[in-house]
Amino acid sequence: MSFVGAGTALIVALPFAASAAGLIYGKQRLIAQRIAVGGTGLALVLAIVVGITVWGGDIEITTWGTIPTGWVPIVIATRADPLSLTLAVMVAAVAFAVQVYSTSYMSRDPRYGSYAALVSLFTAAMLLVVLSDDLIVLLVGWEIMGICSALLIGHHWELPEARAAAVKAFVVTHLGDMGLLIGFLVLADLAGSFQVSVIATNVEPSTTLTVALVLVLCGVAGKSAQVPLHVWLPDAMAGPTPISALIHAATMVAAGVFLVGRLYDAYLLAPVAMAVLAVMAAVTMVFAALSALAQDDLKRVLAWSTTSQLAYMLGGLAVGGYSAGLFHLISHAAFKALLFLAAGAIAHAIGTTLLSRMGGLRTELRRTYWIMTIGLAALVGVPPLAGFFSKESVLSAAEDAAVHGGPLPGWAAWLVLIAGLLTVLLTAAYATRAWLLAFHGRPSEAGAHEPPPAMRLPLYGLSAATIGLGVLGFWLPGALDRGVRPDGVQLHWITAILSLLLLVGGVYAAYTTWLREAQRDPATSLGRAAPVFADGMHVDAIYEATVVRPVYTLARLVVAGDRYVIHPYVTGTGRVVRALGAVPQAAQRGKVQQYVTAVLVAVVVLALVGVAVR
Amino acid sequence: MTTLLHLAIALPLAGCITLALLPAPTGRRLAPTVGLVTSALTLLVVLAVVVVFDRGDAGRVQLLADVEWAPTLGLSWRLGVDGLSLPFVVLTALLVFSCLLYTVRIKPPGGRLRAFVALVLLLEVGMIGTFLALDLVLFFLFFEVVLIPMWFVIAWWGEPKDQPGRVAAANTFILYTLLGSAIMLVGFLYVGSQAGTFDMLELARRGGDGLSANVQLLAAIAIVGGLAVKVPLWPLHTWLPDAHAKAPTVGSVLLAGVLLKMGSYGLVRIAVPVVPDGVRQIAPVLGGLAAVGIVYGALACFAQRDLKRLVAYSSVGHMGFVVLGVATMTPAGLNGSVFAGLAHGLITGLLFFLAGAVKDRHGTSEFDELGGGMYARLPRLGALVTFAAIASLGLPGLAGFWGELLAIVGAFRPSAVLDRPYFLVLLTVAVIGAVLTALYLLVTVRRVCQGEDSIGPRLPVLGDVTRHEIASWGPLIALTVLLGLWPGLVLTLVDPVMQGVGL
Repeated sequence: MSFVGAGTALIVALPFAASAAGLIYGKQRLIAQRIAVGGTGLALVLAIVVGITVWGGDIEITTWGTIPTGWVPIVIATRADPLSLTLAVMVAAVAFAVQVYSTSYMSRDPRYGSYAALVSLFTAAMLLVVLSDDLIVLLVGWEIMGICSALLIGHHWELPEARAAAVKAFVVTHLGDMGLLIGFLVLADLAGSFQVSVIATNVEPSTTLTVALVLVLCGVAGKSAQVPLHVWLPDAMAGPTPISALIHAATMVAAGVFLVGRLYDAYLLAPVAMAVLAVMAAVTMVFAALSALAQDDLKRVLAWSTTSQLAYMLGGLAVGGYSAGLFHLISHAAFKALLFLAAGAIAHAIGTTLLSRMGGLRTELRRTYWIMTIGLAALVGVPPLAGFFSKESVLSAAEDAAVHGGPLPGWAAWLVLIAGLLTVLLTAAYATRAWLLAFHGRPSEAGAHEPPPAMRLPLYGLSAATIGLGVLGFWLPGALDRGVRPDGVQLHWITAILSLLLLVGGVYAAYTTWLREAQRDPATSLGRAAPVFADGMHVDAIYEATVVRPVYTLARLVVAGDRYVIHPYVTGTGRVVRALGAVPQAAQRGKVQQYVTAVLVAVVVLALVGVAVR
Repeated sequence: MTTLLHLAIALPLAGCITLALLPAPTGRRLAPTVGLVTSALTLLVVLAVVVVFDRGDAGRVQLLADVEWAPTLGLSWRLGVDGLSLPFVVLTALLVFSCLLYTVRIKPPGGRLRAFVALVLLLEVGMIGTFLALDLVLFFLFFEVVLIPMWFVIAWWGEPKDQPGRVAAANTFILYTLLGSAIMLVGFLYVGSQAGTFDMLELARRGGDGLSANVQLLAAIAIVGGLAVKVPLWPLHTWLPDAHAKAPTVGSVLLAGVLLKMGSYGLVRIAVPVVPDGVRQIAPVLGGLAAVGIVYGALACFAQRDLKRLVAYSSVGHMGFVVLGVATMTPAGLNGSVFAGLAHGLITGLLFFLAGAVKDRHGTSEFDELGGGMYARLPRLGALVTFAAIASLGLPGLAGFWGELLAIVGAFRPSAVLDRPYFLVLLTVAVIGAVLTALYLLVTVRRVCQGEDSIGPRLPVLGDVTRHEIASWGPLIALTVLLGLWPGLVLTLVDPVMQGVGL
């Protein structure tokens, strides 16, 4: 067994073991902290070491065992290639930051032990998704992640909104996962294997392949919170803030984007599936950005921005920008983790994340202010931060596909490009609005304090990444490409200038409105649209009326049917049978014992006769 | 080595007889110990079988015992074990051991402990015998042995507050299942008379050769119909909710954990190999009813107001997957049926233990009276309920997933002699049922475990899960995780048998 093979398995096993140990020693806070931080930290170090080892080398697949199914076997195999290890480093790094941050943020929480263990399990599951070569094994990690997210979102289970959000997160994503599962079966049927490495080489363009890949997109839409399965993510911020950072940056939502990247060879063969992905991404991008405009909760603004940014990544992948989409995934992980942890710092300081109760925080929370500013600037795409380069590379890829053709129909590429540019404007507007409302204007809270060191250090680290990844931007995606895709990342001047103009326009619009409204919420100028945007276009209410309530009505019908139709029918048949027979007369008088005894006697007699006859 | 199989049946029988013969005061005092020791020894014997069993040749029947018993009746004492029966025998021995270990400290309501333990041991005789029998008549005999003890367990030790209700539940149970097994026996006798033998191995080897299509159809209807009551297949399930809900904890655990599996095992062991063409003809009906049952069971759970009843109804849905796997008549589907059955035994067994623990502590398992906040009141019990619910909804990485996955694989690629588009529709229905299952289980966790603890002050003495309970449930929890992470443990045993079965 090679070093790389053992290493990739250990990267998953370490946080998994940390989770098991954490459950056992959860009561002793100090030990639980060491286990949680240590397990994730070791996984991070190992991911970096293995990553450096395989960098530029071949894809290395290590098989650990085969499980017969009676059909296509499940192969337990780990996979080391630039994509999986880059993402492993990303996941472990964000998880490490979250664990360190949580030692302080959750220090007064009586349930820290189980919390930290679940975060470790969550991390292990995501690492399994990233490092597995077999789709069914990937699905195991995928679903464990789903349940971990539900349990962590429901961490404050005393609160009704946390309980509801937890169930919603799991069930909505699970719904998408059923499509995913069937999609995997169709792929395995076509390729004769669940292994990505085999599927990549064995499939050919066909309608069946398109169907399979569109089914896979159901799961992607669920996990990466795309329309129409996006509804769980805004509510999911009911969980503790570090969990939001974890879900929105490194795990869970990243998995959907990663999966499209993982199956990219197959997607390139299915233009229709790519077009579906492009439409989904374009709609989600604008939809989520509009919804973000009118939120009152800072975490909700960030949640909708995640949905919108994930659509950028998927849009990038759809137009053929493999490295562009994944580059945006990585840079987004850095700045979104930063934004959520900074939002946590604000919550820690003033006890709320509602924008309407903030204002003028820049004087009291100086450090948090600057950190938040860096994060929001990266989100908006201000050069030379990471977000600028990664977003521009997506837009450039879209322009390329629109003008020169790509792996999808031209109209779909245009759609992504136009939606992408429009979203730049909207993103600039909502980010500026949140920034102004939180840090500028009249101070509304007194006595705010800066976060303690254990919370500050991860923020500094992530700030450095948010700035640094932009500089690395020209090198990293190219390296990611090595041996996979030769397209690389390009920046086109036309789209860059256009989007910078839109960016300035968005900032300007939000700023002038803010001034005009006497430093109150600029969203009020949206008029009657504001509450609609704030409620995410009422999609929840629509689902409630068309899906949830009918299910409960059906459930009541079923129970009534059981009691009044099926049971009498079956017992009725029973009575007829009994009436026909002589023996069960006793039973009709309620003396079942006699009947039973008769059967028992019959059995014994039969046995004795058997022995005697012999 | 064959002695091991005889011992696995003789030991619990000996324990049962010993208890019956002991003088009353001694018997009453020693009953739990005798039960525990007997079931522990039986478990050891079964584990010895696992050690002796040649795993490399799991498709072959091993440790074969074949003694002519009543040649004039065509009856033989024929026992053996292969990769299909071995996991079920282990499951049975393990669950009975767990139950009797549990009984040492937590007595069923209704006293008469000696009779209770003796009957549980008698149940074990029937259950293990059913899984080991290789003769149709012998199979039927063991199948019947189980019924009577279970009637007593439900009627005498069931729900203490509802004497008429528990007797009615026990009566419904026994009338349904007796009727079912009578029909099954008719099918067996018909096959036996037509083929000239009751030897299950010989019949399976012939695979229906020499039996005309009509004979096979009639036999399949009788055998499958009879077994379907036991499984139970929708719409023959209405005995189940009452029987499970009214039975004492140990009774519910064994009912759900093992008794239902006797039905599904019979489908895989007898119906499909012996009259394959007959099963093929009714497979669309079978699969359709199974798929309806999956959704129906899930929907019914939404409207339940009692934890125990909810767990009972959840079985209807889970067993739907078990039957759906059979109906596909493919190795994958049959593997799935077996795996789903085993996983259901572990997970639903655990759920009934937990529901019993909830009831012991609160005197009720009704949601309205329980209120919420079990995490606050009894954190360890709450955590275990959550774990079991997650396992039950079929989360990958826990045992419940693999059976459902393989049943779905089977429906995705059903046997070539079946209509694929039809099975794809069933697959879709089943998958919707799986999502609904996830929803009601999580809603149940939310309702019982989370939220405000409204009950705390009213019940001052409420201990959390004890060490003794952990010891009793431990094997189930451990196996749920182990089989979830390494399903190959069972599939390498079952798959070689299933490769030879089906059309």
